[in-house]
Amino acid sequence: MSNEVSYNNVVEATVSILRKAETTLSEDVIETIQKAKDGESSTVAREQLNAILKNIDIASRNKVPICQDTGILIFFVEIGRDLAIDFNLDAAIEEGVRKATISIPLRPNSVDPLTRNNSKDNTGDGIPDIKYNFCDGNKLKITVAPKGAGSENMSAVKMLNPTETDQIRNFVLETVLNAGGKPCPPIVIGIGIGGSFDKAARLAKASLLENMTDMNELELSILKDVNSLGIGPMGLGGDTTALAVHMKKAHCHTASLPVAVNIQCWANRHASIILGGEE
Amino acid sequence: MEYNLTMPLKKEDITKLSAGDIVHLNGTILTARDEAHAHILEKTENGKEIPFGLDESVIYHCGPLMRKIEDKWEIVAAGPTTSARMSKMTPELLDKYNVFALIGKGGMTNVTEAMQDKCVYLAFTGGCAALASENIINVKEVHWLELGMPEAVWVLEVENFGPLVVGIDAKGNDLFSKIDEKARKIYSGL
Repeated sequence: MSNEVSYNNVVEATVSILRKAETTLSEDVIETIQKAKDGESSTVAREQLNAILKNIDIASRNKVPICQDTGILIFFVEIGRDLAIDFNLDAAIEEGVRKATISIPLRPNSVDPLTRNNSKDNTGDGIPDIKYNFCDGNKLKITVAPKGAGSENMSAVKMLNPTETDQIRNFVLETVLNAGGKPCPPIVIGIGIGGSFDKAARLAKASLLENMTDMNELELSILKDVNSLGIGPMGLGGDTTALAVHMKKAHCHTASLPVAVNIQCWANRHASIILGGEE
Repeated sequence: MEYNLTMPLKKEDITKLSAGDIVHLNGTILTARDEAHAHILEKTENGKEIPFGLDESVIYHCGPLMRKIEDKWEIVAAGPTTSARMSKMTPELLDKYNVFALIGKGGMTNVTEAMQDKCVYLAFTGGCAALASENIINVKEVHWLELGMPEAVWVLEVENFGPLVVGIDAKGNDLFSKIDEKARKIYSGL
């Protein structure tokens, strides 16, 4: 048994991945945006993509958040089965969030859903949203994916009839059409198919973490259809409405076909850290 | 066409712009999003005073990320927010106040009539908060901070702020709805 991960390790790790996720984008995201700019036929679209690349550069150089909407904070935690944790992991991540809110800083985004009172520290009932999974080994992997409201608000879940697998593509395209320029296109599209009403949404969100340069044939064909719509960067027209499409599925009830489409803006922010794991 | 405009704007500055033009702005703008819009309309309705001027103003749909260094507010990141959320409240706002320009992202619905001959919608690239902050040179005032940092009204001084694309002009042209119509046509043909 390994027991070398402490409460303070998790607090500091949380601050460090939040800083990385909020101020920088991973190579695959930047590469995809650059490629989109090089291939754009619309001048307005190219200018928008140029501003985006300039913005990414300024943010990482000045170590400031890429976007003022520093998001609602979603964590994915993988716990090695051989790792012993003798402290409150939720509390450690929450403390990291409170510290990061001041030190990076992050915009206080978490409010009561009805009174709209702002907690001022990005925590609250059920927030940050932390999803736990077990894995082999003795490591602790923490991933954070800050999610902005502009794109999250344009996401959708639909319970299709089990015979309507051919409607999945239409549902994705309609969700993108209804979103228009609002989710800050070029977008990344996470699709969750199967599971249950809520599991489909979780699959869709998890698929946003996938490497954007790596898509299968079906994902590429949906991406092609989406980009044929011509909505373009910021809804101002162009060839690049989406940068990537990723899909995850799970078995579902024989009478159901849940489909979730999670829309992500071009700033596909996420960062991970691995703790523990020493022999 | 490209324009570099300095505040206070004149009506001719606005009416000469066409959808698709590029604009850079210099001078004072103020932020207002959902709660600030609701607040302005409610106070106006009840005959209460608004602590900042809205006539001949430029409103930025933005909930900035700010930091207080000693007793001075400083911009950290301040890109545009989704303007569509303010669509419903905008015609009444433009009816009560002579606002010259709205800055935001993603476009607005059912506002072209209210904007006719008096106001334009300028689109700033969404998510580009670090870029926007480089051109905000001073935080002049803050009002209604009790609404929370993103919802408060921040009075900002900008220099060469842009590039802003004229999304909706004062002549009834809306770039976003044109693109949307075209996209729906393409979809129905797929």
